[in-house]
Amino acid sequence: MEVTTLKSSRFNGAGPWWATTFGVAAIAVFPILAIFWFAFFPAENIWPHLIATSLPAYLSNTLGLMAGVGVLVFGIGVSTAYVVTNYHFPLRKYFEWLLLLPLAVPAYVIAYLYTDLLEFSGPVQSALRALFGWELARDYWFPNIRSLGGAVTMMGLVLYPYVYLLARASFLEQSPYLLDVSRLMGHSRWKTFFFVSLPIARPGIAIGIALALMETLNDFGTVDFFAVHTLTAGLFDVWLNMNNLGGAAQLAVIMLTFVLLLLGLEYMGRKRTGFYQHNGRFSRRERTELKGTGRWAAFFICFLPVLAGFLVPVVLLSKYAISYFDQSWTAQFRQYAFNSLYVSSVAAAGCAILALVISYAKRVKNSLWIHHAGRLASMGYAVPGAVLAVGVAVPLAVFDNLVDALVLNHFGISTGLILSGTTFALVLTYIIRFLAVSIGSVDASFSKVSASIDMAARTLGHSPSKVLASYHLPLVKSGLYTALLIVFVDCMKELPATLLLRPFNFETLATHVYLFASDELIEQSALGALLIVLVGLVPVVVLSQTIAHSQSVPPRAD
Amino acid sequence: MKHAARKAFTLLLGGLILGMSPLVENLAAGEEVNVYSYRKPQLMQPLFDTFTADTGISVNVVFAKKGMLEKLSSEGANSPADLVFTVDIGRLSDIRNAGLTQKVQSDVLDSNIPENMRDPDHHWYGLTSRARIIVVSRDRVQDGEVMRYEDLADPRLKGRICTRSGKHPYMVALTASMIAHLGVEEAERWLAGLKSNLARTPEGNDRSQVKAIREGVCDIAVINHYYMYKMIVDPEQKPWADAVKVVFPNQSDRGTHMNISGMAMTKHAPNRENALRLMEFLSTARAQEMYAQVNGEYAVKPGIPLADPVQAWGEFKRDDLGLIDVANNRAEGSKIADRVAYNE
Repeated sequence: MEVTTLKSSRFNGAGPWWATTFGVAAIAVFPILAIFWFAFFPAENIWPHLIATSLPAYLSNTLGLMAGVGVLVFGIGVSTAYVVTNYHFPLRKYFEWLLLLPLAVPAYVIAYLYTDLLEFSGPVQSALRALFGWELARDYWFPNIRSLGGAVTMMGLVLYPYVYLLARASFLEQSPYLLDVSRLMGHSRWKTFFFVSLPIARPGIAIGIALALMETLNDFGTVDFFAVHTLTAGLFDVWLNMNNLGGAAQLAVIMLTFVLLLLGLEYMGRKRTGFYQHNGRFSRRERTELKGTGRWAAFFICFLPVLAGFLVPVVLLSKYAISYFDQSWTAQFRQYAFNSLYVSSVAAAGCAILALVISYAKRVKNSLWIHHAGRLASMGYAVPGAVLAVGVAVPLAVFDNLVDALVLNHFGISTGLILSGTTFALVLTYIIRFLAVSIGSVDASFSKVSASIDMAARTLGHSPSKVLASYHLPLVKSGLYTALLIVFVDCMKELPATLLLRPFNFETLATHVYLFASDELIEQSALGALLIVLVGLVPVVVLSQTIAHSQSVPPRAD
Repeated sequence: MKHAARKAFTLLLGGLILGMSPLVENLAAGEEVNVYSYRKPQLMQPLFDTFTADTGISVNVVFAKKGMLEKLSSEGANSPADLVFTVDIGRLSDIRNAGLTQKVQSDVLDSNIPENMRDPDHHWYGLTSRARIIVVSRDRVQDGEVMRYEDLADPRLKGRICTRSGKHPYMVALTASMIAHLGVEEAERWLAGLKSNLARTPEGNDRSQVKAIREGVCDIAVINHYYMYKMIVDPEQKPWADAVKVVFPNQSDRGTHMNISGMAMTKHAPNRENALRLMEFLSTARAQEMYAQVNGEYAVKPGIPLADPVQAWGEFKRDDLGLIDVANNRAEGSKIADRVAYNE
């Protein structure tokens, strides 16, 4: 492995790259500025009331939820990624991509489903009652899924793929020689894992956990359904029940600091391991064949998350979808499906391209300003969807009204609202919201590309765009695919911003599912939920194939 | 490999540009009326369909619970919205107070909708009304054991009550009505008493509370009346409804707390006439009967037949507290819920 630092690689002709970056950052930061603006004008100062009453609970619930989800996604994500990259065991090849599947299941859907399964009248407790002759809930104890622990479990089960995906990429890109050296020096497998593999994979894992925790912080559906009062829940309470958008915006600013802390941690982790390896993913890897209990331990480490996070929910959804198929499969439904696919793919493509530009700009012109701009462009991820939606809707309407006034003045024609209430507004919001995800993923790929490539290309006199197209693009392809995949699936699942910003008569699968599921009529919308999940699978398969490309090797005995 | 990646990128970019182009298309303008709805579209759709069939005016709907007011206000004079529909008085008065509505003069509306169900200044109109009732276990609660909202705070009911979140608009409205009748301090004592009688921390919607009674988690719950109707007509949920008796609270004094679902015309409604026609249509006997039959709500127009089970509960005394008083005490009601840590 080669360790170099990238300090002074500056091309001529970097202008367009960083200009685009600043442009995107300026647009992406607008909703955040709008939220700060609201924060200055609260209907009344809500803090004395909040501090005296519910703020401590909001904070402790939020921290508890984040700590729980953090530990869970780390445990599941890292263990599965490590086992899958380093060992041979039954069905290993399939687990490589099976482990990604829970990502396609929205947290609120899995929450509804497990509640159905585990509540008093659900099959599990009914069976227990029949078995032991109990009658009422007060006759016995059963863990309540509608609790902090329940929320941690539900979110952990669908969010661990973020960690798995990035940890696996890190493990794959680690040179096998490193591990061989460690083993040769007499370190055990565990020691090698903790002192060699894990530290090197830290940047990827940190990004994965940061992404999972930001999703956790944003979640409203699950915590609302489980009555876990987090900051997000508090924010909506102040906004909608106390009719105090300003106070809610102040809470949003607090949440923003949470996210900035997360981003800071991730950034520090990455900085401390600032090295490049140029031969990582293309070297052939040999996997250790496991024997006896180890085989089955590895199998179950991978099987359980897939079972709980994907198989159980999908089997339940399929069961419901089949029995309600005639009610669900309508022309209207097909239109919703098309809408979902359409806006999600446009937004995913937009995110991927912008992420490529921004990540590359940081490389071309390694200045502090560019890095700040890149971080600003990622801020949309930090705000709950519904708040971001207001942050987008308001400036957009102001813009539309300005254009209208201008045109009306000069030409005597009213343009009305050009952008508000169009799918464009929706796609714009998706892009602002999920740009952080794609930048993170593309950044991670770029950081693995040796700086010597840029230097060599520079010596040859190539322009930045030529270098990107000819040398970098093939190398960061997998990061780009990952970005496409995650953003696409995220958009398919996105709910609160979609509800507020969609045009008239425009439903997506997510809003369709929500309308029923929030009434505890999950059965009637199971087909929609199932389709969200299935559509999410297509890019998962595509992605896993590109990653697996350079990784097929015969097993060897240990 | 190099070429494949470049090609993929070019495809992506091309696809993006093509994909973006139809995004800014606007709706073809025919005869239409545009609706922003806080109310879920499932119930409204049959009504709108009937209206369209009658008049040829198509109804375009956006449903959202969050941010509608901000959206409407920032769109200003160019907003496409003609009408706003809400499920409680709170949101209706918020929109009115934000100056986003306009006065509507209509003899049809005035004759169909009683005075206490509409804004004295003609800015909003109630469409249906709903009672916040108490339901009690058939097996475990004696007749007469729970008669008034005040009883819910009585220590003898310790550990026997279930409700949804104390910050849900329906609960907040009830607390607000207690404030209007008893004053802030007494209302806070009441909610604190109710809180200490809860069998579990509040979770789920109104129906879940009835289900909890059936499952023996608690004996008493507070719900909107039409949920009883909806459970009765759903074969799967009928057993829950069968496990409880309906109590209309406070019949010996001020009457049962009522809330409304309602509508208002936006200040800058572009399709004013069509919007008015839709408003008037929804107040007619035909539409009001649909509301009553489909959703089990009380029609605001007098003399509309109720859904069967609702009819069977008979007449009852309604709290005639002005809805404006409920709306005005809402913020304080929400704070009281925080102060007594209702949801914790």
